[in-house]
Amino acid sequence: MGAWLTMSAATETPFEPSTSTGRITNFVDERVGGSGMLREFGRKVFPDHWSFMFGEVALYSLVILILSGTFLTFFFDPSMAETHYNGPYVPLKGMEMSVAYDSSLRISFEVRGGLFMRQVHHWSALLFVAAVSVHMLRVFFTGAFRKPRELNWVVGGVLLILSMAAGFTGYSLPDDLLSGNGLRIIDGVVKSIPVVGTYISFFLFGGEFPGTAIIGRLYMMHIMLVPALILLMVAIHLFMVVIHKHTQYPGPGRNDRNVVGYPLGPVYAAKAGGFFFIVFGIIAFISALFQINPIWNYGPYDPSPVSAGTQPDWYIGWVDGALRLMPGWLFNIPMEWEIPFPWGVNTLSFNVLAPALIPAGIVFTLLFAYPWIERWVTRDNREHHVLDRPRNAPTRTAIGVAGVIFYCVMWAAASSDLIATHFQVSLNDVTYWLRALFFVGPIVGFIVTKRVALALQRKDREIALHGRETGRIVRLPHGEFQEIHAQLDDYKRYKLVGYESPLPEEGIPNKNGIVTKQENLRSKLSSFFFEDRVAPAAPSELEAGHHHEAIESSEDNKAITH
Amino acid sequence: MKALSQKRRHPLAALALLVLGLMLTGGLYAVVTTVNEAKADTTTFTAQQVDEGEKLFVANCATCHGIGASGTDAGPSLAGVGAAAVDFQVGTGRMPLQMQGPQALQKPKQFTTDQTREMAAYVATLGDGPALPEEQSLDGGGNATVGGELFRVNCAMCHNAAAAGGALTRGKFAPSLAGVANNHIYEAMVTGPQNMPVFNDANITPDGKRDIITFLNTIENQPAPGGAKLGSLGPVSEGLFLWTAVLGVIIGFTIWLTSRTS
Repeated sequence: MGAWLTMSAATETPFEPSTSTGRITNFVDERVGGSGMLREFGRKVFPDHWSFMFGEVALYSLVILILSGTFLTFFFDPSMAETHYNGPYVPLKGMEMSVAYDSSLRISFEVRGGLFMRQVHHWSALLFVAAVSVHMLRVFFTGAFRKPRELNWVVGGVLLILSMAAGFTGYSLPDDLLSGNGLRIIDGVVKSIPVVGTYISFFLFGGEFPGTAIIGRLYMMHIMLVPALILLMVAIHLFMVVIHKHTQYPGPGRNDRNVVGYPLGPVYAAKAGGFFFIVFGIIAFISALFQINPIWNYGPYDPSPVSAGTQPDWYIGWVDGALRLMPGWLFNIPMEWEIPFPWGVNTLSFNVLAPALIPAGIVFTLLFAYPWIERWVTRDNREHHVLDRPRNAPTRTAIGVAGVIFYCVMWAAASSDLIATHFQVSLNDVTYWLRALFFVGPIVGFIVTKRVALALQRKDREIALHGRETGRIVRLPHGEFQEIHAQLDDYKRYKLVGYESPLPEEGIPNKNGIVTKQENLRSKLSSFFFEDRVAPAAPSELEAGHHHEAIESSEDNKAITH
Repeated sequence: MKALSQKRRHPLAALALLVLGLMLTGGLYAVVTTVNEAKADTTTFTAQQVDEGEKLFVANCATCHGIGASGTDAGPSLAGVGAAAVDFQVGTGRMPLQMQGPQALQKPKQFTTDQTREMAAYVATLGDGPALPEEQSLDGGGNATVGGELFRVNCAMCHNAAAAGGALTRGKFAPSLAGVANNHIYEAMVTGPQNMPVFNDANITPDGKRDIITFLNTIENQPAPGGAKLGSLGPVSEGLFLWTAVLGVIIGFTIWLTSRTS
């Protein structure tokens, strides 16, 4: 990284700029080495594909969040002291409320542009977490988490959790009825933790819920701790992107040792800079035209009322959904147990603890561990800079889809009441179906996705070998009808044949000649991953395929027919 | 005072105290229950209305509610439901019921206001029940703030804080209150149709009900300061909008930005 500093020092040609702008630029350049940096970064090559831009969307949403959030801090007062509303919103006039809610209402109705900025902040928060999620899905399904990017995948996962934390702490700040209901659920979850739950809750809320401390504490987390951690992680994330260089989709001339695309400067930088304004424009547009979180509708927080249709923002929805799916009683067994201890009876609310922690635990453990699981199974220690098309890694894609379905079932469960009212079905039936789908959905999704991926691979192979069907039927001199197949050009064919399809591996004996239990497990997982495979068309097959159409069975082909 | 202190150890003093206590309790109870008492307000209906109402009832309602509204397996007895119940159920089109189901659905009303009044008059003669609401309770001139608080405490758990409606168990639901007439809101509170609990005058005073109606009128008529309301359904419709429309537009732009001109 220090190369440009030493380089500019070594070339001691006295440079005299002729214009004043040139002199200022030169003054700065001689002291910070800006031209060297520009040379280094300006030549960074980025491959062009629309699916690579979600990370940028997330970054730009973050910038917008910081800008709009700063505006909101000028007017927001995170105090839970009691006051009486005296603003222009008639249905709350004279209502007793916290200063926090009062100042949120003032931002909405009295501060010039306040409601717009609040909506910008909230919409970009929703977009931020969504962009982070879609970005991670893209990385997963294309295998971009493989060596050398495993650690950056982990940083991305931490960013996802941090963005959810940022969202939730912000969601609670206005101290309206909706956010208070959300905090009450968090309080319930915390209290369900055995032994220490009540202590943590009292520590968190500074006494019994809701107390008078929580808004101020969440505010500090929301504007200081969490954003600072997010910025730190973003810096590490981008630094690693620079170190690793960007991945690219397979294509002619692309391999694990190069990057094919545009240099950052000037075209890509201009596009990226322009894209920031596009994202900003879209957010400003929807913030101006679509209402989000109308806090005045919900009224001030009061622990007694709970509104129908109370949901968290979308990124917390899956945890809320898990809570809604969990039965309080399983047949005749209660899920809340009273355990007698020598010091008295303690209650374990498994019906709250399990849905709050177990699904999230499964999702995040698998998310963080997956690069290492796949690395262990494949024993693949090579660097990968060329991505997989999702169909060319059928088992990984199927696992990903199973995970997405697992998540989406819980997500849907969070809106079970709205599904019931809007599709005119029974709320109970919605819950029963979603409970079944919670277990069955991921399995069905896995099987279907894997079959679809294999079928697409077979189609690719077929087209690579025999070309595209033209729809032209010719009759041969001896009477046979044949459809003319048009061969693909080399560029298009490369996309269909240029992928790896590993074979399942037997367990490897150690130096004593014994296949350990761990190796056995690895071998089983290896056949789980790669047993069903479609081999890419080999050059010899392609050659043969071009000459006569009836090539059907080779050794590799047999594996795909069962 | 002296006489009282002299007689306080009289053998009958305890008895006198007991009688006094009982009378006080009983008297208070009587006062409290009269607040709750269902008052039939037949005076506002003429005998002709009652007669016409009976004819309409026999022709349209007796199939399920029975002759004399004494109830059958298909429908409950209407003795004591009051004129308010008839005005609500028939006036919002819920009755006559189209079919049995988890709850009666709102549909275009089948009777004119006069016919509804006549049936209400007839049913009111069958037994004491909630009367039609007084005009001054329906003017929407109450205190919206108090009404809002009453609404959030008593109604929002089913009807949603913005009165957008919500789900109940097994296909039942609390409807959205947008567009519901003030007299129907009032009648629903005093009669508790379908799965709704009764909010009688001891629970929410007529002034409180007037405040609730005022609140509902206010939030229904106010413009949406933040733009399109997305159904006032809260974070679910917001999240859905983001994941479909907003992300769709953004993906459109990413494809445009990364497409080659060649």
